Amino acid sequence: MRMMTFAKRCAKEVLRDPINLGFGLGFPLVLLVLLSAIQANIPVDLFEINTLTPGITVFGLSFMTLFSATLVAKDRESALLQRLYTTPLTGIDFILGYMLPILPIAIGQTVICYLFAIPLGLEISVNITYAVIGSIPMAIFNIALGLLFGSILGVKQVGGICGALLTNLSAWFSGVWFDLNLVGGAFKKIANTLPFVHAAELEKALFKGNFEVVPSHILPILLYTALITVVAVFCFLRQMKKQ
Amino acid sequence: MYEIRTTELVKRYKKLVAVDGLSLDIQQGELISLLGVNGAGKTTVMKMLSCLTKPTAGDATVGGFSIIKESEQVKRLIGVSPQETAVAPNLSVKENLELICGIHSFSKEKTNAKITELSGQLALDSVLSRKAGKLSGGWQRRVSIAMALISEPQILYLDEPTLGLDVLARHDLWEIIRSLKGKITIILTTHYMEEAEALSDRVGIMKNGRLLAVGTVEELNRKAGTDKFETAFVAIVKGAQV
Repeated sequence: MRMMTFAKRCAKEVLRDPINLGFGLGFPLVLLVLLSAIQANIPVDLFEINTLTPGITVFGLSFMTLFSATLVAKDRESALLQRLYTTPLTGIDFILGYMLPILPIAIGQTVICYLFAIPLGLEISVNITYAVIGSIPMAIFNIALGLLFGSILGVKQVGGICGALLTNLSAWFSGVWFDLNLVGGAFKKIANTLPFVHAAELEKALFKGNFEVVPSHILPILLYTALITVVAVFCFLRQMKKQ
Repeated sequence: MYEIRTTELVKRYKKLVAVDGLSLDIQQGELISLLGVNGAGKTTVMKMLSCLTKPTAGDATVGGFSIIKESEQVKRLIGVSPQETAVAPNLSVKENLELICGIHSFSKEKTNAKITELSGQLALDSVLSRKAGKLSGGWQRRVSIAMALISEPQILYLDEPTLGLDVLARHDLWEIIRSLKGKITIILTTHYMEEAEALSDRVGIMKNGRLLAVGTVEELNRKAGTDKFETAFVAIVKGAQV
């Protein structure tokens, strides 16, 4: 009950922030349109709508890090958290209260991306449902990463690191904008050790029905999600104690 | 009857002693101000008494519960209005109040009744539907105090409640604080002498983490041999061998 009250409040804070929403939901859609337009004029396999859309949904999820990090950092700086620490809310109430409401937003964003891509030529199939479900572990990874950054950084730093750096890194290392084989070498190796390319490949595999490759991509994502969640919980509880 | 009793309370941050052996008894229904310049240790005392930070040494009981061993029970008794604006900016004033009621597991009926009651008491009716983050500093402080009061605390901590407010907003808040006197126990930190003088049953003067003197304004004036509280404060602070 207490946790749900806090979670509802967090959802309202995120959904009522027009800049957050504009970037988080609008930017991936704008990219879909732009890259589809490029594809129409200069055909590139990577930007073919059935390949592009699953990748864009993964890119869109990186904004969830910005949402959750900004929320936590703002609460810390405004002393709202300090006030709430003097109430009967427990550490687990805070962590779930911050993470849970952003998950439906992430799922909603993925659904919107797929629906938006249908008039652009995306094939309609039941696989879209699997792809949406398959995006959940990566969504949790991004939300937990936001909790981590929000627990250790200020609002301005969060804007720079999560808003600019992380969204770009996740895009570059996901192989959505360019084929990682074209760069190769150390860049490709780094990309393969990070979860972003696996998330993009997982989405593509689920959407195209290539289920045999799902385990090889979902495993690293689950490992990263578990690791980042544990670190995020530790950092949040640590800053809570440091009050 | 003592509502709060601190016993040799100490808080150290590495080499800095923020609070140095504070022993103080506060009676039920009393309004006590902790007065001191910046860095005196007032906010640290408040943070320890509201279980935000653990003391390095010593202990305190709040409503009979130890702030170290029984922090959950202490948290059920207190309301805190921190120094910084501590409202949810994108939520309306009403939603901010509902948030605190929900956290304290109030029923819907009780939540509505408390919001109606506090809106009247703190004259918040005109801003209930406005976003808290869009309000002026004075209104945000009112909302902050309402959020601290809505859980029906036995003890209210007000940390620099009028800091940065204009004179009219400050006097409005003083009226609100006066209206609470005697009903609940209040600890107020301030560095405004006139605020401590106007509102307090007793004033504790702090410097460098130490409580130099505590008493009514008249007692402190007598101690310093003056009839002006500002002169008494300066004499006590400057005369301390800290």
